[in-house]
Amino acid sequence: MSEEPKPAGLDDSKAIVTSLMQAREEARPVYITAGGSKRHIAGRDCDSDTLDVSLHRGIVDYQPQELVITARAGTPLTELIAALQEHNQMLPFEPPLFGGKATLGGTLACNLSGPARPFRGSIRDAVLGVQLINGKCELLNFGGKVMKNVAGYDVSRLQAGALGTLGVISEISLKLLPQPEKTLSLRYEMTAGDAIECMNRRAGEPKPLSGAFWLNGDLTLRLSGAASAVESTAAQWGGDILDAADNTWENLRDMTLPYFANDEPLWRFSVNPAATLSTATDSSLIDWGGAQRWLRGEYPLQELQQAAASAGGHVTLFRGGDRAAEVRSPLSGTEQHLQQQLKRAFDPDGILNPGRLYSWL
Amino acid sequence: MPESSRNELTRRLRQYLDADNVIVDQESQRPYECDALTIYCDLPLLVALPETTAQVQQVLRVCHQLNVPLVARGAGTGLCGGAMPHPQGVLLALTKLDRIVNIDPLARTARVQPGVSNLAISEAVAAHGLYYGPDPSSQVACSIGGNVAENSGGVHCLKYGLTVHNILSLDILTVAGEALTIGSQGLDSPGYDLMALFTGSEGLLGIVTEITVRLLPLPEVAQVVMAGFESVDAAGDAVGAVISGGIIPAGLEMMDRLAIQAAEDFAQAGYPRDAAAILLCEVDGTREEVDQHVSQVANLFNSMGASSLTISQDEAHRSLLWKGRKSAFPAVGRLAPDYYCMDGTIPRGQVSFVLNEIHQMSEHYDLRVANVFHAGDGNLHPLILFDASDPNDVRKAEEFGSRILKLAVQVGGCITGEHGVGVEKLRLMPSQFSAEELLQLEDIKHAFDPALNLNPGKGVPILKRCQEYRALPARHQHE
Ligand SMILES: Cc1cc2nc3c(=O)[nH]c(=O)nc-3n(C[C@H](O)[C@H](O)[C@H](O)COP(=O)(O)OP(=O)(O)OC[C@H]3O[C@@H](n4cnc5c(N)ncnc54)[C@H](O)[C@@H]3O)c2cc1C
Repeated sequence: MSEEPKPAGLDDSKAIVTSLMQAREEARPVYITAGGSKRHIAGRDCDSDTLDVSLHRGIVDYQPQELVITARAGTPLTELIAALQEHNQMLPFEPPLFGGKATLGGTLACNLSGPARPFRGSIRDAVLGVQLINGKCELLNFGGKVMKNVAGYDVSRLQAGALGTLGVISEISLKLLPQPEKTLSLRYEMTAGDAIECMNRRAGEPKPLSGAFWLNGDLTLRLSGAASAVESTAAQWGGDILDAADNTWENLRDMTLPYFANDEPLWRFSVNPAATLSTATDSSLIDWGGAQRWLRGEYPLQELQQAAASAGGHVTLFRGGDRAAEVRSPLSGTEQHLQQQLKRAFDPDGILNPGRLYSWL
Repeated sequence: MPESSRNELTRRLRQYLDADNVIVDQESQRPYECDALTIYCDLPLLVALPETTAQVQQVLRVCHQLNVPLVARGAGTGLCGGAMPHPQGVLLALTKLDRIVNIDPLARTARVQPGVSNLAISEAVAAHGLYYGPDPSSQVACSIGGNVAENSGGVHCLKYGLTVHNILSLDILTVAGEALTIGSQGLDSPGYDLMALFTGSEGLLGIVTEITVRLLPLPEVAQVVMAGFESVDAAGDAVGAVISGGIIPAGLEMMDRLAIQAAEDFAQAGYPRDAAAILLCEVDGTREEVDQHVSQVANLFNSMGASSLTISQDEAHRSLLWKGRKSAFPAVGRLAPDYYCMDGTIPRGQVSFVLNEIHQMSEHYDLRVANVFHAGDGNLHPLILFDASDPNDVRKAEEFGSRILKLAVQVGGCITGEHGVGVEKLRLMPSQFSAEELLQLEDIKHAFDPALNLNPGKGVPILKRCQEYRALPARHQHE
């Protein structure tokens, strides 16, 4: 194909397998880390020795014509994005970069996606294949570099949100998108309740919506796509047009808005986008067109979990608070049993990030 | 299984299901002997046709207690022998669970039972300006439960994703008949992503009894640009040019000469009979956007050497252009007693190379082949024409098919893009996966179905190791 592959970085997978074998022999669980940006977020704190995979990095293959990239898990997202930029392409899921520290593997393990997620899919949706090292220290490949692949179970997407408890992710192939020709943001003053209604109605229109969030009495909508479509939609929808230099979306993506600059426990709700959340307060932040909502403050998990369940979803103590206790909605007995069986299928000795997702996993 | 056990099973199931819904006699079982890949058929011990989820649960419990294999079946349009009955098992047909339970226009979701046909969902929500994205060519008939089990795709998956991208939540019954809901009404769920695991799991991990699908707004406008090319290579290059040109078409399909002629005879869609290949490229969006993209695509096709160019003038014309494509399988089917549809996916850049190789194989085996496929996704559907009544033809067709799929793996692709492994491609799994990888897949199966009673002998090969498990070897060998 047209492009020379980029300088390859370093394939450190042999060393990772060796360390893992040693850990397994000594029955000494590991905590997998690369950039370290997510050590104290998304999951429970893990006190195992660290297995550092940050050396295992670099783009393995990038075929702009195929809209596919394959990179090692320790590759910083900024490096990927810079390579894509040269070909006017992008990661569809707009991941948080966390000051440049976020890596591809960590982003998949935490299933983190930014404001575009409801409109262009999550990292889980973009994954085409993974290479991973399971708890038996075997280097395995699932999925591939093609758009469609239904041979075998979808082990690749299963890694999304597994927080590294099923395997050390080694390489990931992703589906890409061309960059939109034009992007424009519109702002409206309204209450949270009206904003939820409005976001959902707008998302039901065939327009190039690519972001919808509400904070402090303002609803902001983002349009991206063909210039003609963006302009005509903006004209129809009205609202105040945000300055092109405004970096609210980047700050929302990276959780660097003033809203997040706070030591209080931070809760993430993933719910029916149209639902009213009984725990919503004026200081909630509503993103993902209503499907992701943030809440700050001290609350018992159980109370929030009930509120999330009535809104058709679940809650996670994303940051802060007691990270030795459970940090996410519990599962039914049947599901808990299946998840434990699944963990055993990948990691029979329980050496990979034990307790990171749930205390019992 | 001795006759007494069959009687016992029948008696137990008839405690919960109407007698008519437990089919024991062979003549009435015939319609269930195979899916749309008719070269693989068998008769089950009995066919169960539950009418409610509670009845499905009872069937599972009884089978679990008696340690009887169970094969789920939707509409039977599958193309890998996935729903072929097990001779010692129950065939669980889910067609009577065909209710649309709820539509939520604001949140853009619908809850449906597994037997609802794919198209029925889009029809039911059209009044709200919505539709369900994945549109297999079999959408009039195939069930949404079958779509989930196969992770089915369709013409519009290039832009809107596969089944896995368009469902939010599933109600599942485990092999022991325990109920659970996975996924959520939000965009993710706590713990492992069982939605990813269940989608495409071919009825091997559990039975799907309800599906919450995500709905999309109907586009303002959609238009098709059809271009004829004098060579398959030129058409293949044009596919790459569109994709890298910064437009993601709603669909981008290719047909070669034999397929064009068959489809044209069948549908009179106005396809250029003299072309070596055609591309059908649909763009959708707002009026302005579609105008812009149609002219971009048309210019691109011209610059890539298109020998003819047609742009759909209105909705009727657009439907007509698609009718030829959507009826291509049956149309090609009229050219020979039987056809064998393959389903490999390859990197888009390999399309011309692989099509040329297929052409040479076609000469080698002296079997004609027509190509109709999802070019934008690199998902090939070579249709091998043969005569199933001639054992030599069957052997040749199977060998030809295997060679195509192995070639797909060699060029960086896979043995199945959307039709599944089923019984058909089981022996090809080792050409895509190492022994360790196959064992990992097998371990996943064990996690959900330790006695291996769900759809045995399909999807994932059960290797030697499993002979430790009781009663397996015989049950797992279909050959
Ligand atoms: C003419 C034609 C065109 C086609 N075009 C396409 C296409 O464009 N794209 C595409 O992807 N496919 C296509 N197919 C293949 C087929 O239509 C799909 O695989 C479809 O999803 C099968 O659905 P079904 O209801 O017929 O399932 P079946 O064939 O009845 O079953 C398929 C599998 O699903 C399992 N299953 C069914 N229901 C359930 C359930 N409720 N719970 C658990 N497991 C279940 C079965 O055990 C079996 O393994 C085509 C087929 C034909 C005949």
